[in-house]
Amino acid sequence: MITPIDYFMGLSAVIFAIGVAGMLVRRNVIVMFMSIELMLNAVNLAFVALGRRVGSMDGQVIVFFVMTVAAAEAAVGLAIIISLYRGRETLNADELNLLRW
Amino acid sequence: MPLWLFIFLAVIAICGAFGVILQRNPVHCLLALALTLIDVGVLFVGLGAETLGFLQIIIYVGAIMVLFLFVIWLLNLQIEPAPNAHLALKFFGSIGAAALAAELSVFFFNAQPVSGVATIPGTYGSVESLARMLFSDYLVAFEVTSILLLAAVAGAIALARRMTGAALTRTPVEGEGVVRARESGS
Repeated sequence: MITPIDYFMGLSAVIFAIGVAGMLVRRNVIVMFMSIELMLNAVNLAFVALGRRVGSMDGQVIVFFVMTVAAAEAAVGLAIIISLYRGRETLNADELNLLRW
Repeated sequence: MPLWLFIFLAVIAICGAFGVILQRNPVHCLLALALTLIDVGVLFVGLGAETLGFLQIIIYVGAIMVLFLFVIWLLNLQIEPAPNAHLALKFFGSIGAAALAAELSVFFFNAQPVSGVATIPGTYGSVESLARMLFSDYLVAFEVTSILLLAAVAGAIALARRMTGAALTRTPVEGEGVVRARESGS
């Protein structure tokens, strides 16, 4: 039996929600960052699944761009984390209140 | 893709995703994330996007995950310090995420079906068709992407360089001169 595309969308929704939960629950900046990657991948899955349903390649091209942006984001984000850790010696998001008034 | 294979992969993906947010050790979180990403890559292949599936495994698992691992080991973060538990945040965060999953699922399952059966061309998901779209319809976006990557590399180098100022230390702004003096004295 062929899997309906809706099931892929449901899986995408579940993974996205787990990513949101990780973002809210965890206080470690690196793990929060991983949750962002999780959410990006859930959206990628939805793009590919919907592209398959419509029968066009555009969804896959968008996923390609999302991957590129994720790579750029990982490079800059990890550089920020290194810089923060060097100054603060913690990665707890509650203690990083540099921009909090 | 047969249904049993999808269910198998979906269970692995969800277990890996829960592993990311439930493990205490960041390295274990990262391994769970890599498992999920490989799994999503296999799902891509199952959906007919072979090129994208292999790119996913090469770029995400091969490059981005190794970058994460490198940073975790560089900063020696294997052991997370005392878990700072916000019980209310965990409670409402979990409830909010569950509500989001339910809402998105209902939304997706009630979506109107596309009229007619989409015709999938034989070259669907191949390198050639992906490249043909990238270099024709999406050429401008593709070129802008290269500028984005260049800017990201420059920004990462500028950020990770050792800062001479005391912009990120615990001392308040007024104490900056003191820190400078101590650094130059040592």
